[in-house]
Formats: sequence, structure tokens, C-alpha cells
Amino acid sequence: MITLGDYLVVSAILFTIGLAGVMLRRNLIVILMSLELMLNAANLSLVAFSRFRVGANGLPDYNAQVFVFFVITVAAAEVAVGLALLVALYRARQTTDVGDITTLKF
Amino acid sequence: MNSFYPWLILLAPLASATVITLFTLRWKSLSCAISITAVLVSFCCSCLIFAQTATAAPEFGWLDVPPIFRVPLGLTLDRLSRTMAVLVSGVGALIHIYSLGYMRDDQGKSRYFAALSLFMFAMLGIVFANNFVMLFIFWELVGFTSYVLIGHWFFRDAAADAANKAFITTRIGDFGFMTGILMIWMTTGSVVFAEVAPRIPMFGGHTTFVAIVALLIFCGAVGKSAQFPLHVWLPDAMEGPTPVSALIHAATMVAAGVYMLVRVAFIIQVSHTALLVVAWIGTITAVMAALIATQQDDIKRILAYSTLSQLGYMVMAVGLASNEAAMFHLFTHAFFKALLFLAAGSIIVMLHHEQNIWKMGGLRRKLPITFATFGAGALALIGCPPFSGFFSKDAILAIAYEHNPLIFALGLFTAFLTAFYVIRMLVIVFFGNPRSDRAREGRESPPVMTMPLIVLAILATIGGFAFFARNFLALPNEKGAVFVPALAIIALIVGAGVAIALYRGRATEPVQIELLRNKFYFDEFYSWLIHWTQELLARVAAFIDRWIIDAGAVGGSSRGTWGIGAVLRLIQVGNLQAYAFLFGLGVVALIYFAVLR
Repeated sequence: MITLGDYLVVSAILFTIGLAGVMLRRNLIVILMSLELMLNAANLSLVAFSRFRVGANGLPDYNAQVFVFFVITVAAAEVAVGLALLVALYRARQTTDVGDITTLKF
Repeated sequence: MNSFYPWLILLAPLASATVITLFTLRWKSLSCAISITAVLVSFCCSCLIFAQTATAAPEFGWLDVPPIFRVPLGLTLDRLSRTMAVLVSGVGALIHIYSLGYMRDDQGKSRYFAALSLFMFAMLGIVFANNFVMLFIFWELVGFTSYVLIGHWFFRDAAADAANKAFITTRIGDFGFMTGILMIWMTTGSVVFAEVAPRIPMFGGHTTFVAIVALLIFCGAVGKSAQFPLHVWLPDAMEGPTPVSALIHAATMVAAGVYMLVRVAFIIQVSHTALLVVAWIGTITAVMAALIATQQDDIKRILAYSTLSQLGYMVMAVGLASNEAAMFHLFTHAFFKALLFLAAGSIIVMLHHEQNIWKMGGLRRKLPITFATFGAGALALIGCPPFSGFFSKDAILAIAYEHNPLIFALGLFTAFLTAFYVIRMLVIVFFGNPRSDRAREGRESPPVMTMPLIVLAILATIGGFAFFARNFLALPNEKGAVFVPALAIIALIVGAGVAIALYRGRATEPVQIELLRNKFYFDEFYSWLIHWTQELLARVAAFIDRWIIDAGAVGGSSRGTWGIGAVLRLIQVGNLQAYAFLFGLGVVALIYFAVLR
């Protein structure tokens, strides 16, 4: 029997991988993908919460699933904007390496 | 109806001043008439209430904050104030009449008489005030009218400066006076004399406090009565018209300080320290002013310094706890000093405003009435028996002899100096040969000026005799040793003798003492003091402006912002992941504080 704990563990592992990607990788495209991974880790936990929270009428709690739809929508928008920015950046600087982008540095 | 006479005394001059200022400034003769009528009404009412021992005036409420503060408009009608009212309005009336002659060609005659009426109102207000607040208000009003009258010829720089000097110098004393009044109100909860007096024993053990209060109140008298060290304004005040000098700066206003001290003697006499200080201030003033007077050339300045010296005697008497002697001298002094000033005015106006005694000479033939009356005043001033000054000065010296031998010795020395400089003035002005064309052409003044002189001369002559003065004053007990008057007469004869020997037939000053000619350099010292105080304050202000406001507030906020920015920009490392890390940390911290705490 797969319990809620198992789902949460997977979710946590995914989130950690995503976080590590954001923190450690230098390529902006990979960082963007890692962000997506973290969002999906969160979605997984939300869906699991929904599945394991059954109301008096025998149906799962749909609130969490609605939440997930919102997250997917926002993630799509985010990817669209993020990739557009990335393309613009690449055109301007011919690089996607965060180490080369230091204009804000004092 | 009788009970309104005291109010009428006060209000007649006020009405006159108001009417003249508002309506009759253009009609000069009418203004004179109104002013003189008002002062005569005051004088008649003063005489009427003087005769009635049991008069009471209605009291009006004014500032009434029930439990803590009450200032009524009430009048004190004891023997002291009734005598003083007769004196002030009587001398005032004579001087109003004299002014008709002295100021007859003056353009600002209406303004002059309005100010004179206002002065009478203020001075009588001081005399009758029954509480400290009223006293203080009239006190300031007197200072203001004095300012207006000294500066009557305001187009002359010297007069305008003298008016400012008089006003500002007396303000210094008045500040102390006001502080003293506030302290009395704080401790006794009342400003009415009759209520404060019984509460004075409350102070019992607090001798220092009482001394401070008494000396602060004395400060007011120091300013107004021109005592050392605030005496510098009085000689300069002689820039005003001579009748003003006679009325305000010799007979009445400067005596107001002494009158006030006598009025509040119940406070001063509680503290021995205060009495001692008062006595010594009086003594120092008397000696110092007499010393300066010996070397002055301006007839009005000599008289001004003699006024200072005589006021010193009065303050000395107050300090020796003898109010009777102080008031007695005030009483006789008012007559003979007003007389001397008016006689000097008669000389000055006949010599076309020449005031230098070395430009006079031989005037006894040209101005016989002036000479006779001036002589009577001078003899009274030096205390020659049987003129009035002899009795009152003798009373003060006798008291001094009983209490303090050193003050007595200095008083005697002052008597010697007084005789010296008065006889010097008399010899130079009236004897010898005329030393200028103006002196050769002089004529006697018109009767409107000589009549007040004659009346005052009679009063100055008989004013000291007990049979006359007893009607007005409680005379001091004559129990002094016989040799006190004897010593005084010897001092007088020696002083007069030296002066005659030194100055007879001289045309220029034979002895020049720069220290005395320059009035002990008081004016120079004060201007130096003010200059350096101002310089010091300016430097402190500049320091505060430059280093605290400019460098601290303005520069500090700019440099502070810059410094904080310098620290904060270290966070901007330019590494995207570091930002993300800090951002994450911030989110974690927010969640921690928002949810878990």
C-alpha cells in the first residue's frame, strides 16, 4: 500500500533536485528546467493531499486539484516569459551562463 | 461719592492723555489746558483724601482665577501713599505749569503734555497700587513714558539713544523685579500686599530664599532708581526737556524705586543679608555719583549725579531698616531737586540751550529770582541748616551712625563731596564774570516759570522742619548723638570752603581727574562687556551652526546615507544564485516568523 508519506518523500526528493539545480548549475536553461521541477514537486504533494483527504461523501478534496491547475497555468506562463527573456539575453550577450551576467554587481 | 476721589486722581490724567492724543494734537494751547486741568484735579483730590484718614476706595475684580491667582484693581490708601500722592501731584502740577513757559515754542507741545499726563497716571498708579501686578504694570508704564519724554526731541541722535539706553537699562532691573514677584506669588499664593505681608513668616527658616526674593525685588528699584550698577541711564536721560528731568528723573519716577522698597519693606526687612546688600548698594551709589559729579561740566549732568547720590542716601536708609528716614529724604529731595532742575532749566532756556557751566558765570545779576531759588535748592541739597535737606540727611546719617560706622563714614564723605560740587557749580555759574556772549545777554525768565520756582523754593526751605513735615510723614526718632549733625556741618563747611578756594574767579577747570571726568569708565566698560558678550554668543552660535547643524544634521544625514549605502551594496554580489539563495532564506525566515512564532 502506497501511503501519503511515500508520495511526500518522492515530492521532497524532486524538490531538492530542483533546488540543487537552481543553486548549483550555471546554465540558465537548466536553472529554468530545475524551477519547473520544483513546481512539479509541489504539484505532486498537492495531488497526493487531495487523493488522501476523502470527505464524508466518499469524494476526494478537490480544492488541492484546483490549486494544481493554477500552478500549471502559472508555470506555463512563467516558462513562456522566462524563455523569451532568455532568448533576448542570448541575443544581447551571446551567453546563457549566469557567471557572465554581473551588471548589478558592485 | 467721596470714595471715588482716589480713582479720580488716577483717571483724570489718563483721560487727559487719551483726549490729547486722540483729539487735540493740533490745538496746542487746548492740549496744555487739558493736561494742566487734569493734574490740578489730581492734586485737589489728593489733598482732599489726604485730609480724610478713613477713606476707602472701591475695589474692582480684574484677573480672577479663584483658588490660585487673584489680581484686583484696588488702591492702597495708607498714610504713605496719600503723602506720596500729594507730593507727586503737587510737584507734578508745578512742573506742568513751568512747562508752559519752557516748552512754549516747541512743535511737539501736545505730544509732550500727553506724555506728561500719561506719566502722572502711571506714577500715581505706582503710588496707589495695592498689589504687585498692578505695581508692575504701572512701573512699566512709567518706564515707557520716561522713554517717550527723554526722546521727546527724537530727531537728535543723542536724545533717541538716551531714551533707548534708559528703557533697556531699566528693563534689566525689571526682569529681576518680575522674577521676584513670581517667586512671591509661587510661595505665598497671592500678589496683594495686604495678603502677602501676614504670610511672610511662612518663610521662617529659609533665609537664603527670602534674601533672593528680596534682592530680586530690589533689582527693580536698582533699575528704576538708577542705583549702582544700573545707574548709567540717568545722566544720559538729561537729553530730555529740563522739566521732564525735574519731574521724572529727579523728583518722582526715580524715587518710585525707593517708594516701592518702603512699600515692600515687610519682605526686605525679614532678611539681614538683603538689608546689608541694599545698604551697601546705596552707599556705593552715593559715594560714586558724588565723586563723578565733582568733575562734570554740564549743569544738568551735575544735577543728575547729585540725584543719583541722594537716591543712594535713600536706598542706604532703606537698607538700614529706616523707612521713615528714607521717605523723609525722598520728601525733601523731591522739592529741592525739582527746584534745582527747574532753576537750571530757567538758566538753560535764557542762555539759548547752553548747558556748559564754563560758558555761564556772573548770572546772579541777570537772573536774580533764579539765583535766589537755585541757591535755596543748593543749600538744601548740601544739607545746610535750616534748609530741608539738613534735617533729612541728618536723620539718615544718625541712623547710619547707630548701625554701621563704615557706612556712616562714607555717608559723611559723600556729604563733604556734595557740598564741594554744589558750591563749585554755584560759584562757576552765578559768580565771577560772564564767560560767553549768551551769558552776558541773559534775562530773567517769565513769571510762569519763576512762580513754580518760588513755590518750590519755599517748600525746599521749610520742608524739613518737623512742624511742617510731621503733617505728612512719620518722622524718624531724633535720638542720634549731638555730634552727628555737628560732623555733617563740619563736612559741609570744609567741602564748601575747598570749592570756593579752588574755583573762585576761575575761567577753566583747574583740576582734571580723567577717571572722574569719564565717570569711572562705566559706559566704556559696559559697551566693552556687551561687545564681548555679543561676540562670544555669536561665536557659540557660529560654532553650533557650523559644526552641529551643518556638519551634524545636514552633513551627517548625507554622510550617514552614503555610509549605509556603502555597507548595503556589499550584498550586491552579482551572482544570480546567491540572490536566489538569499531570496529563499528570506522566504524561509518569513514563514518561520509568520507561521511558527
